[in-house]
Amino acid sequence: MTEILRGQNLTCIRGDKVIFCDLSFDVPPGRALILNGANGSGKSSLMKIIAGLLPAQNGEIFYGSPKDPDHNILGDKDWISRNICYLAHKNGLKPEMTVAENLKFWANMEHHEGDIRTEAEKIGVDHCLDLPVCYLSSGQARRAALTRVLCHPGRIWLLDEPTVGLDVIGVELLSGLMNDHLMRGGSILAATHIQLGIDADKSTLLNMSDFSYAKASRSKDDQEESLLC
Amino acid sequence: MLKLALSIIARDLRLSMRHGSATTMVMGFFVMVVIMFPFAIGPEQNILERISVGVIWVAALLSCLLSLDRMFQTDYEDGSLDQFILSPVPLELVVMAKCIAHWLTTSLPLIVITPILGIMMNLPETGFLPLILTMLLGTPALSFIGGIGASVTVTLRRGGILLSLLILPLYIPVLIFGSLAVKAAIGGYPAMEHLMLLSGFSLFSAAIAPWAAAAAIRAGLE
Repeated sequence: MTEILRGQNLTCIRGDKVIFCDLSFDVPPGRALILNGANGSGKSSLMKIIAGLLPAQNGEIFYGSPKDPDHNILGDKDWISRNICYLAHKNGLKPEMTVAENLKFWANMEHHEGDIRTEAEKIGVDHCLDLPVCYLSSGQARRAALTRVLCHPGRIWLLDEPTVGLDVIGVELLSGLMNDHLMRGGSILAATHIQLGIDADKSTLLNMSDFSYAKASRSKDDQEESLLC
Repeated sequence: MLKLALSIIARDLRLSMRHGSATTMVMGFFVMVVIMFPFAIGPEQNILERISVGVIWVAALLSCLLSLDRMFQTDYEDGSLDQFILSPVPLELVVMAKCIAHWLTTSLPLIVITPILGIMMNLPETGFLPLILTMLLGTPALSFIGGIGASVTVTLRRGGILLSLLILPLYIPVLIFGSLAVKAAIGGYPAMEHLMLLSGFSLFSAAIAPWAAAAAIRAGLE
């Protein structure tokens, strides 16, 4: 349980625009990587690249022992589906079906281990299990989507703004659950604009603006200038 | 694997039942299109008799198109499609299951009401069974080929019209062999080769659609 997830020199281009370049990160087990950055700075794109939903223009993502992670997971769909749980902006729940039906369906598809009702209790949506998703408020729907994350067997959580729509109590519950997950040796990558309440000694901050194209090209210019001097 | 495919089909059937309107609208459209012809052409029975098979087949193709654009789009909009891609289930299997679910919710109800429309169009008695049989054999191709079109247009906002333009030409073989087989049966000629070509076309589309559509979805989401 000491494998780490390491991204190296990742570059993402969407359309003609360079979203970020030369981005590298390390996520050891039991730690969280918090992605910070303005809208459009590529937080979601980075998550999609890790999840294999977007191709990276450049760079690799490795998984393995901390010294020399050697398993390239980019495009390894089997590995990703077993080890990574991705929660996107959208909840992935069908409005016509009840919360329980939705969760049971994904439990089937993704081989969930957790019991739906106990996990739903932890995030406070157990009273909505028999309601159709279209009746839920956005916060309740988000909690239902988070229940899927709790049931998922994957050790690496990719959470794209998990707190959207959640009230104060919901955020508190979520930070408790994320800390529990880290305690068990799981890892978390989370994009967020607010404080998630993860213990400071367990989390690392990644500022997306450090890897923006403008900054990278500026530092290159600086280097060239200093060479000229 | 089979269990997972069945649970995707069950989910889509349940969604269509809850949603309700899609299937009934398609059936309503089918009936309306066929009813238009006697009004436009007049009540001459021999003319209606001659065009009945063709009209019913064309109406079935058009009705099938109506519900195609939602096949993957609702899943794309609520994020389920991303989750399908990330889940251990192969996307090809998901596409296969969704095409089958589309056939069950769209084509099967059309086939059920076809006999009534046959009476309305003065279809000869000997034509009823052959018509139902050809529709059973031919309509799976509509769902499978339609699945390819739906996956190509899934990320487009108003993909419905483009979808029709892409897909309708590919439906022509089904139309030709479907109506030829029924006409041959009515006229007392052997219809076997038409039926075989029709089912061959359905099987062929079932074989290529999952791969083509899954590739199109992956490319489209990038």
